[in-house]
Amino acid sequence: MALLPSEFANLEPFATRWSLATERERWEERVSSSIDDMQALYDAIIPEVGEAIAYCDKFPLDEMPDDAVNLLRLIYSFVMVSFAVELWRQQCPPDTLGTQFERISEPLP
Amino acid sequence: MARYPKPAAGSWTEHYPQLGTGPVSYEDSISPEWYQQEREAIFKRAWLQVGRVEQIPRTGRYFTKDISAANTSIIVVRDGDDVCAFHNVCRHRGNKLVWQDFPNEDTSGTVRQFTCKYHGWRYGLDGSCVFAQQEGEFFNLDKADYGLVPVHCDVFAGFIFVNFSEQPAQSLREFLGPMLLGVEDYPFGQMTDRYAFRVECRSNWKVFSDAFMEFYHAPVVHVGQHLSPLRAAITQMGYEAPHYQVEGAHGLVTTAGSLHRVWDMPKENVKPADLATRSGLFGPWDKSDLGELPPGINPGKVDPWGLSSFQFFPNFAILIWEAGWYNTHQFWPTSHNTLLFEGNVYSLPAKSASERVGREMAAVSFKEYSLQDANTLEATQLGLESGVIDQFPLNDQEVLVRNFHKATADWVHEYEHELAKA
Repeated sequence: MALLPSEFANLEPFATRWSLATERERWEERVSSSIDDMQALYDAIIPEVGEAIAYCDKFPLDEMPDDAVNLLRLIYSFVMVSFAVELWRQQCPPDTLGTQFERISEPLP
Repeated sequence: MARYPKPAAGSWTEHYPQLGTGPVSYEDSISPEWYQQEREAIFKRAWLQVGRVEQIPRTGRYFTKDISAANTSIIVVRDGDDVCAFHNVCRHRGNKLVWQDFPNEDTSGTVRQFTCKYHGWRYGLDGSCVFAQQEGEFFNLDKADYGLVPVHCDVFAGFIFVNFSEQPAQSLREFLGPMLLGVEDYPFGQMTDRYAFRVECRSNWKVFSDAFMEFYHAPVVHVGQHLSPLRAAITQMGYEAPHYQVEGAHGLVTTAGSLHRVWDMPKENVKPADLATRSGLFGPWDKSDLGELPPGINPGKVDPWGLSSFQFFPNFAILIWEAGWYNTHQFWPTSHNTLLFEGNVYSLPAKSASERVGREMAAVSFKEYSLQDANTLEATQLGLESGVIDQFPLNDQEVLVRNFHKATADWVHEYEHELAKA
């Protein structure tokens, strides 16, 4: 059973791991992933991110089908890893390992 | 050479001559005794922001808030048009009245009455005691004498404030003063998409607040948030604000919009993910239409305007951004060298997935920056606590930091003076 809309079948290999509902889960996946794995996610999504957002925009936020919600969550993970990939070349910003900054609530999806 | 004109006195700091220009002691940030004085003089006497009315939209909705600095927990509850606050303590034998699973954690919910988990005493939303278990076993008990202990509570622009004084020396509006009252007509109430953050940190609450009152640190601590070709130039350029304002204990810094216009920059200087999501630290690039903003948002008439950061003494700040969103910071001391930081990012309810993605980028950026601040401020606390140095020079971009430490000292000394008189 595909998690993503068929138009984005090429991103399907990333969906199980990265289509995560909350920032807490996405952050935990980021800090426990290698840069190579995050680079692979980033490289796969960035050419299509415009189309992916446009696809999600076809639905009202509170009536999105599950596959579109999964696609939106994958875009959120792209946002999450982009800092590690574009700036830090490591999981967390330099000199921040002594602290946490928990997101405790957020609008969904 | 200053990039923006300074006041006639020559600097923002000298524009407020009560501040002086000399080095400043940070003994106030490492002394356990001083913190005890701050608790009595400030946190039990000043108006403290505790939340927004949207958190309790209907009768019976409530939240609890632990305020360690005032050594209490409160219940804030909606009763019709009223927002009421009470100490979260059962009148029978002192049990913390409202909690869930963990007695020392905050909670929220909806009730018709508050029921004590210990012996079942019940209280109405107005705090009155309505039921005492086995009332006949007591001796001359009049429930009317056993209502919850009220806390002074008032609402400004949808922000709920409490005051632990027996009788506050000033009303909330008097306490806030004209500069802060100037934000009143901003459409806070419509901006209900909220991303909430928290961190417990090993630094004094003022040391932590300091970093959110000045942007002098930004081109250093945060320079890595820019692509590498820009970094050297950003650090070399440094930071200047076009407008500062001090009003009693409160402060304001306004930044220039030119720094925020990422979309005007050459594409090779912008992070690809920012381009892809049309968003970044300064918020979504497609501005939310909030209509005309009240002039009090930008009292320095900075043009182009970027951001106004209003510092509400003692521990709250509202930052209003050009792109049509706002965020809040709050600094709750839990000891002389630890604090709880709460951050919130608010915007209009997203109408589409693309708007949500833009807000997600802004919220993730906020976290990347805040992690850098939080860890640095633990390092600052360690340095201060070494006690090696006791005088620190503050520059003109740190004028609000200077005023903030002076204001806390003024509150402590004024309270001591009052006690001595009494």
